[in-house]
Amino acid sequence: MTMFAVNLILAIVWALATGSLSERNLVFGFAVGMVVLHLIGAAVGDRRYVERLFRIVHLIVIFLRELVSSSVRVAGDVLRPELRMKPAVIMVPLDLTEDAHITLLANLISLTPGTLTIDVADDKSCLYVHAMYGRDPDALVDEIKRTFEERIAKAFA
Amino acid sequence: MASMIEVLAAVAMVLGGFFVFVAALGAVRLPDVFMRMHAATKAGTLGAGLVLLAALLVFATTAVTTKALLVFLFLLLTTPVAAHVLGRAAYYDGVELWDRTESDALKGKYDDSLVDASENDEHAS
Repeated sequence: MTMFAVNLILAIVWALATGSLSERNLVFGFAVGMVVLHLIGAAVGDRRYVERLFRIVHLIVIFLRELVSSSVRVAGDVLRPELRMKPAVIMVPLDLTEDAHITLLANLISLTPGTLTIDVADDKSCLYVHAMYGRDPDALVDEIKRTFEERIAKAFA
Repeated sequence: MASMIEVLAAVAMVLGGFFVFVAALGAVRLPDVFMRMHAATKAGTLGAGLVLLAALLVFATTAVTTKALLVFLFLLLTTPVAAHVLGRAAYYDGVELWDRTESDALKGKYDDSLVDASENDEHAS
């Protein structure tokens, strides 16, 4: 997060130094700052800043893809004359330990249609998720862990 | 002659309206609180996102783009929290799940806390 702030400051400095505060120049300055931070990463104590930034962007892309694909699925089922869902409340064991990461995971689960986080266990060992398609809970838990949890763990490790 | 951007914006707008409509329909049609929450909170998010995308494409200025992205960001931040709180409150309050619900991992988890709460009330009074 500090590195991100430094990167933003570098972008502004770049824009001021080149005399044009246009969006395009700011974005270019940000990219230049990224290259610089990548090169000097080891010296300022965060050698994998750029890598993590890409992982976060990747996570956002994956999330948007999930949002679209599962919205289409839910829309199809809402419009179908007969209701074919098999809902279930399932338990998703957690590997994440930090509150912020668990919050992010719970929010991502809630935002993808078809799954809704109802509660977090008091000891933060698992999430309770209401799923619209709970026919195969194990496969669903597996999918949540693979699509979101692993990527969160990597992006913010 | 409509430009490419205008066509894209129109498609995004219509699709967005479609998803918001489906969200509303789902909130009426689906059988229990939790499934209604699914429809209302999430298809709605995608729908609103697409409408914002259309606005962003049509105006194509920094001010509008920034505002559209901020609105979408705040939607993404607030809807899951609202959905979580409503879902949890409904479950805690003992709202029945749909009779075709396959399994319920939370079953019984709240019974103790409900008893505790009532005991506390007795002590207080």
